Formats: sequence, structure tokens, C-alpha cells
Amino acid sequence: MMTQAELVGIVMLFALTFYALGGGADFGGGVWDLLARGPRTREQRDLIASAIGPIWEANHVWLILVIVLLFVAFPAAFSAISIALHIPLTVMLIGIVLRGSAFVFRSYDTQRDDVQRRWSRLFAAGSIVSPLMLGVCVGAVASGQIRVDVETGVVQTNFFSQWMAPFPFAIGFFVLALFAFLAAVYLAWEAKDPMLKDDFRQRALWSGIAVAVTAFGSLLLAGDGAPMLRSGLAQSWWALPFQLLTGAVAVMTLAALWLRKFHAARVLAISQVALIIWGWGFSQFPFLVAPNLTFTNSAAPDNILRSLLIALAAGAVLLLPSLWYLFRVFKRRED
Amino acid sequence: MVSIFFATHSRNIPEAVCFVIANFMSDLLAARSQMAMSLAFHIIFAVVGIAMPLMMVMAEWKWLRTRDDVYLTLAKQWAKGTAILFAVGAVSGTVLSFELGLLWPEFMRYAGPIIGMPFSLEGFAFFLEAIFLGIYLYGWKRVSPWAHWFSGVMVAFSGMMSGVFVVTANAWMNTPAGFELVNGKPVNIDPIAAMLNPAAVQQVVHMTLAAYAAVGFAVAAIHAFMLRRDRENLFHRRAFVIAFIVGAVTSVLQPLSGDFLARQVFRYQPIKLAAMEGQFETERRAPLRIGGWPDEKTGTTRYAIDIPAGLSLLVHHDPDGEIKGLNEFPRDEWPPVAIVHVAFQIMVGCGMTLLAASLAGAWLAWRKKKLCDQRWFLTFVMLCGPLGFIAIEAGWTVTEVGRQPWIIYNYMRTADAVTPMPGLIVPFISFTILYIFLAFVVVFLLKRQVFESPRIFRPPERTKP
Repeated sequence: MMTQAELVGIVMLFALTFYALGGGADFGGGVWDLLARGPRTREQRDLIASAIGPIWEANHVWLILVIVLLFVAFPAAFSAISIALHIPLTVMLIGIVLRGSAFVFRSYDTQRDDVQRRWSRLFAAGSIVSPLMLGVCVGAVASGQIRVDVETGVVQTNFFSQWMAPFPFAIGFFVLALFAFLAAVYLAWEAKDPMLKDDFRQRALWSGIAVAVTAFGSLLLAGDGAPMLRSGLAQSWWALPFQLLTGAVAVMTLAALWLRKFHAARVLAISQVALIIWGWGFSQFPFLVAPNLTFTNSAAPDNILRSLLIALAAGAVLLLPSLWYLFRVFKRRED
Repeated sequence: MVSIFFATHSRNIPEAVCFVIANFMSDLLAARSQMAMSLAFHIIFAVVGIAMPLMMVMAEWKWLRTRDDVYLTLAKQWAKGTAILFAVGAVSGTVLSFELGLLWPEFMRYAGPIIGMPFSLEGFAFFLEAIFLGIYLYGWKRVSPWAHWFSGVMVAFSGMMSGVFVVTANAWMNTPAGFELVNGKPVNIDPIAAMLNPAAVQQVVHMTLAAYAAVGFAVAAIHAFMLRRDRENLFHRRAFVIAFIVGAVTSVLQPLSGDFLARQVFRYQPIKLAAMEGQFETERRAPLRIGGWPDEKTGTTRYAIDIPAGLSLLVHHDPDGEIKGLNEFPRDEWPPVAIVHVAFQIMVGCGMTLLAASLAGAWLAWRKKKLCDQRWFLTFVMLCGPLGFIAIEAGWTVTEVGRQPWIIYNYMRTADAVTPMPGLIVPFISFTILYIFLAFVVVFLLKRQVFESPRIFRPPERTKP
């Protein structure tokens, strides 16, 4: 039987998955805005803007939900992460602010090329910095280097060494590549013009390779950088089949792209990202912030978790149909 | 701590500069400044996100009922401005949700579970707001007119609710409830009792009205400004009337809610009320001091206009009621009295001016005069434009500075909640520069939109949606 704390953990993992699939792809859109080139530069940028315009703010709220769940259900973990990762989190926030505001400023400023280009650069810079730093923070948490006194909440940190290391940065680049890949797959599916579809198909294939490279790099670095994560991923009974499945899905996504089966590629890419996130989540278990904080010892009292779960269930009744409606209005296939 | 950190690490010029700056401002002060600056910035965009959707929905409703296209143009123009402001509000709100931990990790470790309920509900409200705003802004041609209008209603409603929940959490910091303290740790937490803490209702009503009043008057002022040059423009005339109605109705109700809140503050945070009123001595028949400068050293409030027994009358509804003065409390529990008193005077002054403008408008309407044709009245409303926002900033100064030195009133001091992270002046300065830059861009873009607004003079054409 699952404890309430674990149940909240599952909800957080769902929220993170949706954040990666939605908000992550919006960041990826910014990457492709920066790298837009060729004869259809303008069309590429327009497609990106119209794809993320109506949904980026809603997608972004998943991150806020994760943060709120963390501080309500696991206040000790929230506090420890906030202290040890103050610097990368702050840089990530600056990226989030620049990305969101530059995107909306660009839409409502004059359409003169130089003005648009200036906002595009800020939009792209934010879209690169935020996922990179998000990955660094995830990598730092997964590395098991954030030591906390469970009783007093005192964090042993010099504010740098937990994240200023090869493994967190490898995860940072992995996340960046993954989000760019996801965006390219979505955009290839969403584009109507076959040439434009092909532009993003190419980008998806290249970034798919970048995902593979950064994934292997991270795994190699995990030996030193995140030993607990690595042993979690290597020793559990489910680990090997799970990794094989993730790898198989990744290969199938690339194959679908190669064969121009864009609908299948989109479904497969979504599964691939979800598998990666859940694989990470389960390999961390039972630790929330290894090596000291677990889902059990950092959890809020039971009655808090219970009322939180009730609030989540009630909120989901309103949220999920609304989200479904949003995506039905803007992301339905018209062909 | 700061200087040790930088002294042992500084090898190059940027770090040496940090060393100098870090000694200029303590980390606690930097953290408080960053929090204050972030909140002061965000609140402007947050209230726009609460009140603009209501006005857009009102304009669109008029269009749906009358098929008068001016109202449709108006809803669309307002939506453009709202899109910019909402985006900045969303990202600056994200910053705040992280800053709770980045700056005050001890507070969150202690209070996170207790005030989690309003924050979780706020998360959902904000989610709905963002979802339906996406449909509202981008869905004009994709959904039916009534579905579009309904999306606007959802934005307006969830925007208001997310404000309500956040203010509830703040109210808990003023009147903590719903837990017991055993060995310095909160136990037996009741999240519902914490959410429905004694200050919640009063603060929520006051802040929600303030949002509509401030935005209503600011928007009315912009259209009044344009009407003074372009009196016959139907676009501005209709915009002015809707915005003024929203601003005026709430501005008239606001003093009542203020009275309701002030008497609550007197009951639960008498020291804050004493600072607000510059009341040092405990006395009966306490005067209401208008203006003036409280001097903590001499324990007097000078240069104020005193209305005899006014304060006792307001608080107790009885001129002989006793008001506790600051001298009743230990000196190390005093908030900075002058800041709180002056901010309170500014808030009340702005609120009273808005009340006067609202009553003037009501009087004109009662005399069957067209509001938009009275030049003096347009000038009056135009000058009132910034007052609602000034009142909001001043009011939050009263609430937050007036709670000092506590972060959780009577339970946790702000100094004990701050992060051990050194060099906090660096993020403070970074975010300040970032927000100043954003503010300039927003003002520039909105100004352009206002001057590019449509000019409509002919009797409206009536079209099908």
C-alpha cells in the first residue's frame, strides 16, 4: 500500500512530466527560434510563435504546482533545495522572466525587423538558460550531494559545489537537448507546409542524436557524480527492462521521423520523455534529496497530506477538462 | 559571514566589487529589499490580471447584447494590453513562489504545510486563469462568441480567486491560527483553520476591492486623457464609462472595508494599529491624527492635524474607547513607526480622493449629465489615475512593515527566517535592474497602444458576431 507522501510524490512526478511535455517544448521552441535559418526562416519563427502563443502560460503553471506541492508536502526538501541551489535557481528564474516577457513584448511591439530580432534574442536566451539551469538543479538533487541535518534543517553547503560539477551540467545539457527535440517533433507535426515540416524533421533528427549523446554522457558521469542514482538505475529488478524500453522508444521515435510518420513520432517522443522522467523518479526513490531526505522523513504531517490530496483531487476535476478544452481548441489536427 | 566568504574567495575584480557592495547592506536587509521589490512589482500586474478581465467581459457582454461593434473593438483593445501585463505578472509571480524558499527557507520549513491549503488552491486558480486567458486572447475565431465570453468570465473569476487565496496566506502571517506550538515546533495543524484565520476575510475583501478600484480608475484615467483631446470618440467614451463604473463602485465600498479591517487589526495586532496611527501613549478619547511625523525617540507624533477622540470613535464606535499605544510593548517589537504611519496616511489620502471622484461622478449621473462631456470631471479622473496603485503599494507597506520584526506575528522573527546564503545583495540588484527594464518596456508598449487606439465617430454599425 502506498503512503500518502508517496502518493503526493506520484502527483509531483505527473506534474513534472506535463511540465516537460508542455513547458519544456515551449522552451525548445525558443531554441529553434534562435537557430531559425534557411529560405523559410520567417515561416519557422511564425510557426513557433503561433504554436506556443496560446498555451505557454498554462504549460508554465505546472512548474508552480510542483513548487507548491514540494513546499506543502515536503517542506524540509524545499528548504534544503532552496538553500543549496540558490544560485542556479535564481539564474533559472531570470531566464524564465526574460523568456516570457520577451515573447509577449515581441508579439505586441512593432513588426520592424530589428526590433523583432532584439526581442527574439532575449526570448531565445531565456529559453536556453532556463532548461539548462533546471537540468543543473535536477542533476544536483539526483547527485546525492546535498547533505541536510534532518532535525535542524541545516544544509551543509558552500552554495557552489553541489551544482558546479560535471554531472549536473551534463543533465542540464541533456534537458536542453530533450526539450529542443520535443519541440522539433511537435513542430514537424504541426506545420502544414511540407517544406516546413521537413525543416523541423531535420531538426528533430539532429536534436534526437544530441539527446542520445548527452544521455550517454550523463550516464558515464553518473558513476562519479551520482553514484546512488546510478546504482538505483542499475540494480533494481525493473531497471534493465525499463532502460531497454526507453532506448527502444527513442530509436522508434527517430525511425518514425525518418519515415515522416509525424503523428507516430509525436506520440513516441511524448512516451520517451515520460519514460525518462519516471525512470529518474523511481531510481531516486525513496530519496527526495539524497542522501538524507526521504519521502518519509521530509514529509508534512499526515492530515496535511490528506487535505492536500483532497484539494488536488477537487482541483483536478476543474483543471483536467479545462486543459483538455485548451488543447482541443488549439492543437487539434485539421487535416 | 558575508565578508569572510568573499574575503577568502575574492581573487578577481568582480568579486572584489561584490565584497564592497556586500558590506554596504546586510544580507537580511538585502533579502527584505528583494522581497519587497518583487512584491511591489508583481502586485501591479497581479491586480491588472484580476480587474481587466472583468472589464473585458463587461464590454464583450455589451457587444453580445447590442451587437454594437465599438464594444467588440474595445474588448479586443483591452485584451491586448492585458496580454502584456498578464505575462509579466505570471513570470514575476513565478519568481515570488521560488523566492519564498530562496530568501526565507526557515519560514517555509515551518509554515509551508500550515499555509499550504490556500497556496495549493491558488495554484489551481492560476492554472484556470492561464488556460482560459489563452483561449480568450487567441480564440476569437476558434470558439463561438458565447464560449469566448464564458472563457473571459472564467479568467475574471479565477483571477479574483487566486488573489483571494494568496491574501489568505498573507493574513495567516498577521494572525497565525490553526496550529499549536510544542517545543518550538508547530503541531496539530489544522489547514482549514489556518486558511480561515481571523484576518483572512477582512484582508481579502480590502485587497479585492482595491484591485478593482485601482485598475478601474487607472483605465478610466487613460481614456479620460484621450477624451480631453478627442471628445466625440465613441471608443473612449464607452471605455471610460465601463472603467469608471468598476472603479467608482469599489471605491465607495472601500472605506467600509477599511474600517472593518482596521478594527480587526486593533483586536489582533494592536501594535500595528498604534504604529499606523502614530499612537505612542495608551489613552481614552484618542485623537485621529491626519498626516504628521512620528518620532520614535521622543515618542510623539508631530505636525499632525488632530481630530479629538476620532481614533477612539473609529475603532470602538465610542469616543471614550481606549487605544493601546506603542509604549505598552517592548521596544524590540516595534515596527518602524514613521514608515507605517506615513504609508497609512498616503493610502487613506489616495482612497479618499478616489471616493470623492466616485461621488462626483455619481452626482453628475444623477443630474443626468453625460460624464464624458464635463471637462473638469475628465481632468479630475485623469489626475486620479495613479492613486489606486499608490494606495495599494502604501497599503501593503502598512501590512508588511507594520508586522515587523515578525515574519509570523508573535511566532517567528524575520531575522530567523532568512537564508544562510551570503551576498544576497547580488540577486537583489539583479532583479531590481531586470524589473526596472521590464517596467520601461511595458510603459512604452502600453503608451503606443493607447495612442494607436481606434477613432470611431459614426453611429455604430450592427453586425452579427
